[in-house]
Order: sequence, then C-alpha cells, then structure tokens
Amino acid sequence: MNQPNPAVTLTRTVEGNGDIAVISNLAKRYGTDGALVIDNLNLTIRAGEFVALVGASGCGKSTLLNILSGLDHQSSGQINLGAEPALLFQEHALLPWLTAGKNIELALKLIGIPKAERGARAQELLELVHLPHAYHLRPHELSGGMRQRVAIARALAQGRKFLLMDEPFAALDAITRDLLHEELIRIWEETGLTVLFVTHNVREAVRLGQRVILMSSRPGRIINEWHVAGEEHRRIESPIVSQLSLEITDELRKEIKRHG
Amino acid sequence: MANAKPVVDELGELAAGLDALDSHIDAKPKVSKRLLGSIAPLAAVALVLVIWQVAVLLKLQPAWVLPSPAQVWTAVVQRAVDPNHNTNLWFSAFNSLRKGITGFLIALAIGTPLGILLGLNKKLRLVIRPLLTGLQQLPSVAWVPAAIIWFGLTDTTIFAVVLLGATPSIANGLISGIDQIPTIYLRAGRVLGARGFTFIRDILLPASWPGFLTGLEQGWAFSWRSLMAAELIAINPALGPGLGQMLDNARQLGDMAGVIGSIIVILVVGVVIERLAFAPLRERTLRNRGLLR
Repeated sequence: MNQPNPAVTLTRTVEGNGDIAVISNLAKRYGTDGALVIDNLNLTIRAGEFVALVGASGCGKSTLLNILSGLDHQSSGQINLGAEPALLFQEHALLPWLTAGKNIELALKLIGIPKAERGARAQELLELVHLPHAYHLRPHELSGGMRQRVAIARALAQGRKFLLMDEPFAALDAITRDLLHEELIRIWEETGLTVLFVTHNVREAVRLGQRVILMSSRPGRIINEWHVAGEEHRRIESPIVSQLSLEITDELRKEIKRHG
Repeated sequence: MANAKPVVDELGELAAGLDALDSHIDAKPKVSKRLLGSIAPLAAVALVLVIWQVAVLLKLQPAWVLPSPAQVWTAVVQRAVDPNHNTNLWFSAFNSLRKGITGFLIALAIGTPLGILLGLNKKLRLVIRPLLTGLQQLPSVAWVPAAIIWFGLTDTTIFAVVLLGATPSIANGLISGIDQIPTIYLRAGRVLGARGFTFIRDILLPASWPGFLTGLEQGWAFSWRSLMAAELIAINPALGPGLGQMLDNARQLGDMAGVIGSIIVILVVGVVIERLAFAPLRERTLRNRGLLR
C-alpha cells in the first residue's frame, strides 16, 4: 500500500484524539466462493476526522459502509469502532408517513429520549441544518437538498459521533450540492463529528475531505491516500481542489483502464 | 443606521432562498372540487330513479313485481317509524351494523398478527398463504349451513361467517402491504435502531399501511356481505332484528316495495360506512405521503 503523499500536509486541526475506526485486513466475499468485493483493506480514522473515499463502480464502497454500520458482515478481518456509526443513504430514506420533525423525533424515541423533550430537541436539530420552519412539512413537500438535511439532522438525533455517508448528494443538482457541501462542513465543525464520506465524485471528495482515499475496484483495496492542504474553507472551484482532483482522477483512470 | 445591520448568516440565507425555490408545499384542495366530488355520484342515482320511474309509468311490469320509487319510499318510511323494535328499520340497521363491526374488529384482531407473521416469515407464508387466498375466493355464505350445525342459530354462527369472510382479506392486504415496502424504509428503520415490537409498530405497520388499508376496505366489504347472507339464512327471533331479516320478512309477505326498500337500505349502509370511515382514511394516507394526484 502506498504511503500518504508527503508533499501535502494536513492543515485543518482535528479535535479530540484516539481512533474512531480501526479497520484491519478486512475482506468481503458474497457467498462461499463468490468474487472478492473487498480485499485486505486497512484504514484508521481518527475522532473528528473527515475522510473522503473515492473509487469507481465495484470498489466495494457501499459494502464497506454497510459492514461498518452493521447492516452486513465482513468475511474476514477486524473492525474496531470507537463509536457506533449512523448511516446516511444516497436516497434520503425519510419515512414518508411522518413529518420532518416526527422523523427526527422517531430517532430520538428509539434511543430512549423521553417524549416531553423530543419536540424541542427535534426543532433544535432542524435549526442546526438551517430548516427552522420544516417541522410540519412532509418529506414529499421538501426539495432533495432539504430532505438530505433532515436526514442529517435525524442521524445527529441518534447522538452518533460517527457519520457514514453513502454518496448522499449524488442525486442533487449542482447548486444544491454546493450548498450542502458547505452545510456539511459547517455542521462537522460545529459538532465535532467524524465523517466517512463515500463518493464517486473526485472533486467532491477533495472539496470535503481532510484525507482522500482512493480505492481500486474488484476487489476493493486502498491504492492511495492524500492529505488535503490549502485554504481552511476551500470551495469546489478552489485551485487546490482542481489541482489535487486532476492528480487523483489520473490515478483513478489508470485503475479503471486496468479492467478494460 | 447602516452600522446597526445585524450579522448576516449568509449560508442560512442561501439555504432559505434555495429551499423556497425548490420545495412545493401542498395546497389545500379547493372546496368547489371537493363539493363536485361528493355531488357527482348523486347524478347516477338520479339517472337510475328516472329510468325506474319511466319503467313504472310505461307499466312494463305489474306493481307487485316492479313497485314505483314512491311506493318503495313509503315502505322504507313505514319501517323507519315502526314502533315494533323487531321490525323497525333503525333497530334492524343498528343491530346489523353492531354485528358487522364487531365481526370486522375480531377479524382485524386475528388478521393483523397473522398478516405480520406471514409478511415477515417467508417459509410459513409458503405453507399458509394459499389457504388464505383459497378462503378469500370462497364465498363465505357457503359456511352458513356448517356454522348453523356447529353453533346453532346464534350470534356465534353470524360472527363465524363474518370472520371467515373478512380475515383472509385483511391478512392478505397486510402481506401485500409488507411486500410493497421499499427496502430503503426497512434499512432506515434498522439503522435508527428499531427492533422487534418497536420495528413492527413504528416501521412495518405504517410503511405497509397503504396495502393494509386496501385489505381493510375489502375486509369490511366481505364482513358486510357475509353478515347479510348469514342474516338471510339463519333466521331466529333470538338473534334480534337485522336488515337481512327485514329483507326476508318482506319477501315472505310478498311485499316487493319492502324487499327493494330493504335492499336499498343495505346498500346505503355499506356506502355510508365506506364514505365516512374508509374514504377519508384513504385520502389522508395518500395526501400525507404525497401520492395524491
């Protein structure tokens, strides 16, 4: 496995210490003699870190998140988690029979928050994601970006310190996605969350991550890792994002050609 | 006053602007549209009445075969003001409804856990569901003779027939509802930590509700017609008044206006329950989930 690129240094400060996830020699195979989906994956994520994971189709990104969140099991290897993670899907996964506020309240109820406190707490969380007036709205009345923000608020309601995001903004338009990038970074900074963000969009990964990890496909392995330096609040248009994206995309293309 | 301007939350404003552009909050349906929806079916009723009246005026059939709408109305009014409780329309309708609803609620209490069990356990479903579907196809009136032999001319017979008619529809509706739940809601429920009873109450049942509701509507329809069939066949003064008995009494007296009047009352009760109980539930469900077009 390649070493982190020493030319770029970490500039964003990380709060807290200790590791929130240590994944060692992870492998996943469907069935007893199916193809390897993930092979010998080693990854350590520190508390408060924002890690972006990129790769082409078939790199086992979603499988990895399913394993980390407990929806699936690895075939071999170890995972040590410092905190139970919350999983955010590409589709918003809000329950359509509940209002935005009640969706969050359900999460609060399921972790045992007393009824009297749920309403106020749900409203606080909606305010955190800049949706102070959305409490009584139904999921179908919200835009795609609003739904994802409610979904983020619902994940936060679970009190989880570790957020797993599975291409959460892939279905959104560019303007909304840009806004949600900024919102997510703001929430991350305000709450001290740890985020593992999976995407096939290299620019998005560089825009968000303190660390960008590139995975190979079939089987999924980590093939390279970059620490993102540059502005504290970079944007998708920032030169550092373009530069590093170019470098990562080149390597990603090399990896994709291998399968041709 | 330029320097008194508050600190602007730029990101918040951007979000608010974008949200306003992208979201669409459902408008309340127009009163005129709702009014039209409830009046339109009356046009069909009027049409039937006109054809009926014309047929009577043309004397296509003698009056004891085809009474006029006015004669039927009189027959219904007579029964509505009848001082004898056993033949009074209101007592009959109330007593029938009470039995129908009780039977339906028992069917609900049996059909719901059965539906959940078969909805979640695919192996058990393979064994039991064909039986349920078969029962659903069988006209439950076929059970009346057997039920009379088992339970005699009692309320138990009536409830048994209603149960056998309604339970398979309710269970099958719930199973279909569970099958149609998008996987993402089940995953979301699991990710949120819903397990066991909580999972069933907070995720499975609300998620399967549209299909379940269809099963309930069908279950009620089966309850009502099974009840009428049972009341027509199982005649016993001990069972108290009922619309089925009212209909059969009129037949025995050769009172055709009473027969048609009773049929209309049975029809109206069914329609009223559908309009008052199920239609609002269905509309609310569709509206809340954004499925109303």
